[in-house]
Amino acid sequence: MTQSLTKPASYSAALDALRRSRGRSVPPWLSDLADHAWARFTQLGLPTARRGNEKWKYTNVAPIAKAAFGHAWDLDPDEDPDAGRLRHFGLLDESWVNLVFVDGRYSNSLSSGPQSASGVTVTTLAEAAAGDGALLQQHLAQYAGFQDDGFTALNTAFLSDGAFVHVPCGHRSGQPVHLVFLTTNRQSPRASHPRTLIVVEENATLTVAETYAGPSNEQYFTNSVTEISVGGGSRVEHHRLSLEGSNSYHVGFGRVRQGPDSSFSSVSLALGNTLGRNDFEVLLDGPGGSCDLSGLYLTAEGQHVDNLIGIDHAKPHTSSRLNYKGILDGKSRAVFGGQVLVRKDAQKVNAQQADRNLLLSDQAEIDSKPSLLIYADDVKCSHGATAGHMDQDSLFYLRSRGLSPDVAGRMLIHAFAREIIDGVNLDSLRESMEALFLDAIPSKSLPIGGKP
Amino acid sequence: MNSNQLLLEVRDLRVSVEGLEILRGVNLTVTPGEVHAIMGPNGSGKSTLVSVLAGKSDYTVTGGQAIYEGEDLLALEPEVRARKGVFLAFQYPLELPGVRAWQFLKAAVDALREHRGEEEMGAREFDRMLREKTKMVDIDPELVRRAVNEGFSGGEKKKNEVLQMAVLEPKLALMDETDSGLDIDALRVVADGVNRLRNPSNAIVMVTHYQRILNYIAPDHVHVLLEGRIVRSGGPELALELEEKGYDWVKESVGASA
Repeated sequence: MTQSLTKPASYSAALDALRRSRGRSVPPWLSDLADHAWARFTQLGLPTARRGNEKWKYTNVAPIAKAAFGHAWDLDPDEDPDAGRLRHFGLLDESWVNLVFVDGRYSNSLSSGPQSASGVTVTTLAEAAAGDGALLQQHLAQYAGFQDDGFTALNTAFLSDGAFVHVPCGHRSGQPVHLVFLTTNRQSPRASHPRTLIVVEENATLTVAETYAGPSNEQYFTNSVTEISVGGGSRVEHHRLSLEGSNSYHVGFGRVRQGPDSSFSSVSLALGNTLGRNDFEVLLDGPGGSCDLSGLYLTAEGQHVDNLIGIDHAKPHTSSRLNYKGILDGKSRAVFGGQVLVRKDAQKVNAQQADRNLLLSDQAEIDSKPSLLIYADDVKCSHGATAGHMDQDSLFYLRSRGLSPDVAGRMLIHAFAREIIDGVNLDSLRESMEALFLDAIPSKSLPIGGKP
Repeated sequence: MNSNQLLLEVRDLRVSVEGLEILRGVNLTVTPGEVHAIMGPNGSGKSTLVSVLAGKSDYTVTGGQAIYEGEDLLALEPEVRARKGVFLAFQYPLELPGVRAWQFLKAAVDALREHRGEEEMGAREFDRMLREKTKMVDIDPELVRRAVNEGFSGGEKKKNEVLQMAVLEPKLALMDETDSGLDIDALRVVADGVNRLRNPSNAIVMVTHYQRILNYIAPDHVHVLLEGRIVRSGGPELALELEEKGYDWVKESVGASA
């Protein structure tokens, strides 16, 4: 597979600046890791060649490859003119542990401060690396490999601040952790490479949210990688909120490994942007593990969103549920690739996947490719994908009670979206997401009206 | 009859669906306080008639008129008809997953009040009113906390239609086979609810296949719809005669073509 190498020069200069700013505080194993990743990136480049590349078949990353993004190592992350927006969104709930990164750098003033109280560690990768570092070395880059993925290689090359969450054995953490990666409009265009490592040891619980947000009019690029290890018997509730500005590029890569009898749920909520990609994969690596992945994506105008969601049933007696929904308006395009893999000896597996799309315009397009690869014989699997316009009979039912087409249409779209948003168990987060998403749902170009 | 008192006048209404003529000149006059039963075999056009009057868009009106309170009903959008007091109780009420019944009903009441130039009803006042109405139609008040009709039994769905009717207090209620799919107990509950909603200023046009419901909701007029035309009209005794002799009897007596 050939992939063209585009503009590594702009990253190279930024990387040199980062290396200088890192100085000697970084342990050798970490700088080696970053160097190897950079070397790999110079070989891989970005996946601009789509022919024969199933993973990028419908998504063109040439605009990212062609752009020369700056990096903002010299800007003070505590002086963010835009931070008020976070509170406005209701995103910074004071009762949570908040770790905020501004333009790729840890912001002391916006965060609740690194914590290791009650045994749970919430800190930056840099801070964790400066300490003992053994845990980090054991887990970092172990789940999200960079050998086959240019974006992940690039992210790993830029490893610096990042977020690190560690929950020790048996700890049932009540306090949610919020990792916020904010891009500001202080300098444009700009790239950041948010990196998150979450390690939950055995028989522990964690509720965590990752939020990516930025200004609406600026062109910028967020290249995130998240790794999550869920120990045996543990339960993790994960949320991924992509609230990036409409002109931004967001490429997210997430890898989760689950131990035996663990449960992992993830709700992904994404507002549309110029290019949004969410490559998320869960490895069910122990018997009795279960995962529930749901998502909602909203696109308008010429936006493009690409979800590539994988579940690897590597062990028997594992179960998964995949439920994504899209609401597409304008000339936007959504790609959904769902891949459920059941390995040869993974008997007694239960897997369901669904991708349902509501098209609000005749020009919107969805490419949905749910797939099941089953190598075991005693499994229960189902998959389905739907795409359609608003149900005219339902609309008539509401209108026949006096509701205007606009109110009725919004009511039906909200109902469609609500199933996913309702999956957020944290009250304050669910309420702010409900307000944000339901507000963002378009109503202008509904293909409805009077009699034909 | 004083024409000022007319609520609905259907004149020679002709309606097609995908080029096929379903209604072939229907005439019907409804005044406030009346209950009309429209009976007929399957495929005679009963559902088409009430659906067209409510504004469903799958039909093409090829001729005739429907005058509602002196206004051309067929020219109005469905939501405007509803705000002016026309209500259709659906034969197959739709399930709307995710649409909370409470919100839906509140939005409907607000739309109605806005149309009349009245203020929005406060949430508490609406709650109180809704509780009263659920009692009136004997429906589990918990159902309005759920999504509209989702997972409801057939009987619950029909009751829910009557609840909506009770909340919206229409002047003209069009009921499309509200009796179908109901056991005898549910039928009685639904009929009791409808009877409580009857008053001298509103009217009900009830479409039904069977005479059964007419034992509970006494009609003033009974019409027989056959192949898109009302071929016979009479009082309640006509329904009993139909029950006894069947639709073939009407077909033969009017000499309808096959």
